[in-house]
Amino acid sequence: MPFKRTPQQFAASIKEVTIGTGDKAVTLGGENVFPLYSFDAPISNPPKVGVEFSDTGPDRSVPGIAAFYAGADSLGDVAKRACDMPGADFVSLVLESADPNGDDMPIEECVALCREVAEAVSLPLVIQGSKNVEKDAKLFEKVAEALQGKNVLLMSAREDNHKAIAVAAVMAYGQKIGAESSVDINLAKQLNVLVSQLGIGGENVVMNLGTAAAGYGFEYVASTMDRVRGAALAQNDNMLQMPAITPVAGDAWSVKESVAPEEDFPEWGPAEQRGVSMEISTAASVLAAGANAVILRHPDSVAAVSKLVSELM
Amino acid sequence: MALKGLDIFKLTPKTNCKECGIPTCMAFAMKVAQGALPIEKCPHMSADALATLGEATAPPMKSVTIGAGDAAYKLGGETVLFRHDKAFISQNLYAVNITPQNADEAIPELLKIDYERISERMYVELINVAYGGDKAAFLETVKKALAAGRTLILEVGDPAAAREALELAKDQKPLLNGANPSNYAEMNALATEFGVVLGLSAPDLDGLYDLTAELEKLGNKNLVLDVGASSIKDAFANAVQIRRAALKDSDRTFGYPSLVNAAKLAPGDLNMQTALASLFTLKYGSIIVMEKMGYAQALPLYGLRQNIYTDPQKPMRVEPGIYPLNGADENALCATTVDFALTYFIVSGEIERSGIPVNLLISDAGGYSVLTAWAAGKLSASSISRFFKETAVDDKIKNRVLIIPGKVAVLKGEIEESLPDWKIVVAPNEAMGIVKFLKDMAS
Repeated sequence: MPFKRTPQQFAASIKEVTIGTGDKAVTLGGENVFPLYSFDAPISNPPKVGVEFSDTGPDRSVPGIAAFYAGADSLGDVAKRACDMPGADFVSLVLESADPNGDDMPIEECVALCREVAEAVSLPLVIQGSKNVEKDAKLFEKVAEALQGKNVLLMSAREDNHKAIAVAAVMAYGQKIGAESSVDINLAKQLNVLVSQLGIGGENVVMNLGTAAAGYGFEYVASTMDRVRGAALAQNDNMLQMPAITPVAGDAWSVKESVAPEEDFPEWGPAEQRGVSMEISTAASVLAAGANAVILRHPDSVAAVSKLVSELM
Repeated sequence: MALKGLDIFKLTPKTNCKECGIPTCMAFAMKVAQGALPIEKCPHMSADALATLGEATAPPMKSVTIGAGDAAYKLGGETVLFRHDKAFISQNLYAVNITPQNADEAIPELLKIDYERISERMYVELINVAYGGDKAAFLETVKKALAAGRTLILEVGDPAAAREALELAKDQKPLLNGANPSNYAEMNALATEFGVVLGLSAPDLDGLYDLTAELEKLGNKNLVLDVGASSIKDAFANAVQIRRAALKDSDRTFGYPSLVNAAKLAPGDLNMQTALASLFTLKYGSIIVMEKMGYAQALPLYGLRQNIYTDPQKPMRVEPGIYPLNGADENALCATTVDFALTYFIVSGEIERSGIPVNLLISDAGGYSVLTAWAAGKLSASSISRFFKETAVDDKIKNRVLIIPGKVAVLKGEIEESLPDWKIVVAPNEAMGIVKFLKDMAS
């Protein structure tokens, strides 16, 4: 008696969101099966891998990252190089210097940097903010204006600033936004409802459901994403059907396992491989839980994770 | 098919004798249908009724035990596909594959992975020894692996070689992974004779299904299913479909734990193996075999596994006590937060990033986050002062500055009253602000 297969194909599906323009544009979402279950039904848009660098440049304290960007001095050169990283589907600039609690770079300068990067890249661009709610609201409005026509994804629209960002980015300048909530299905849904009440359709919104590095409360991340996907597909909840993007690098490269110097923990071995493994493990895990895109830093991680995705499709 | 409560009720004596501890037979039948009670709790069931019900009320996925004594591990017994539906039960095990060529270096290497993380010992539970055609070399490697004191997986499909390896390892109850459609009768006889769990593999999922059914017909229900190594795509498809068939579609033939050999799926590519091990830790691998497990691989994988197998209803907690960070001594600042593991990790991580020596004082707050603990009355001025007394903080630490979480700034006055010698300082609301806060304080 052969095994009776019962594929889980749902009547509902994840909405499609396209970022970038031309033949390098990428589309996230569209599937009507659980994450990576390509054996249940074909997944037309496999999960995408993005390469992250800061507005101060890539993290050259990590040897493999420094080697990859060697000779790329201006931010434009860095952005161009990032597009050539094998496995990269898009690139992501982090406006770290904009943070008022840090360098507090003026908005005009941030916009100039964004413009420089946008001119240099051949792949779609995802811009991450300063993590400061007030600053991001003003900043993204200007960035959205400056990059009109590039169809970029502006991350970090949160409950407190979504209005300004969403209206400017999507309605005025035709960009896409990332709706960011912190590891809670109800907060995620609430934010999506608020954004939709502004008259913005799901084809303009990608969810950042919040993340953590493997071992750091990752069970909340996994279960939140599992539940979001379950609600979107099995219960046809159209306020949770947006594709999900997870910026993995920031958490993965800041936990002790990745940054503690080898001198402090000789048995742990070189920090770089620990960081790479943490980044890969966390990325593979969020993909399994439902991320349609992950953002990573190290060339080895990008290679491994993009290969994992292509093997599974 | 799962039976409904009414079907079970029809088979009970309907006497409401209460001997099962439940007031009525109807209520008992409902509990059994939910899986809350085993049918055997009723002493008056007829043998016929038990036979009818036994199969139908048996758990959807069997649990099997490999290894012996302290190194015995339970696999399987899962009831849900997603941990938020209830919890995952038997955490997956990690194995390292060793060969005759690398055994002398690989075994000491894998034994180095041995550390504690949130009250759990992290180590490589299993060693996989594969038969490569040279029996003498295989047996020699089995001996070396046995000396390491870990439970073995004997990956061998040659019955003669398997018998000799089992003779060596029988007391440690290894997993015998090697039955396939052409040798299963002999391998089954060996597994039964030595009382070990048998691993099954077949070229495809239909073949594996048939093979499992054959073994069950032979009376062996002590099985592990190898998801195969033909491709990553197939291995993942098989692992998911096996588990889903058992738990969602009530197909008990596939109700067994699974084995994923990441070493074979991505030979020589440890980064890919790390990705695979993570994927299969979330989705349905019961045993995951790696080529190598160094700290770089272990730190994320064991942390991930510990997270995923946490019971959602029982948050992970750290032991209350004084945690000196960044080389803090009795003169260093003190900060306090709750014993919820996630809070502890985030707060201690940020403090470590600041580089400022701090004594982190963790009191018993019921394993809740700061605001939840405060709302539940588990984090209060009295709970903190009680902790100070019980732990004799005043004797152990000379510094008299205590930083409290920003979210419970409201407690400042009360804490000042109950700890009059201490200067109470309120931290930022979010952990993100800790580094700047501590640096400003220190300067």
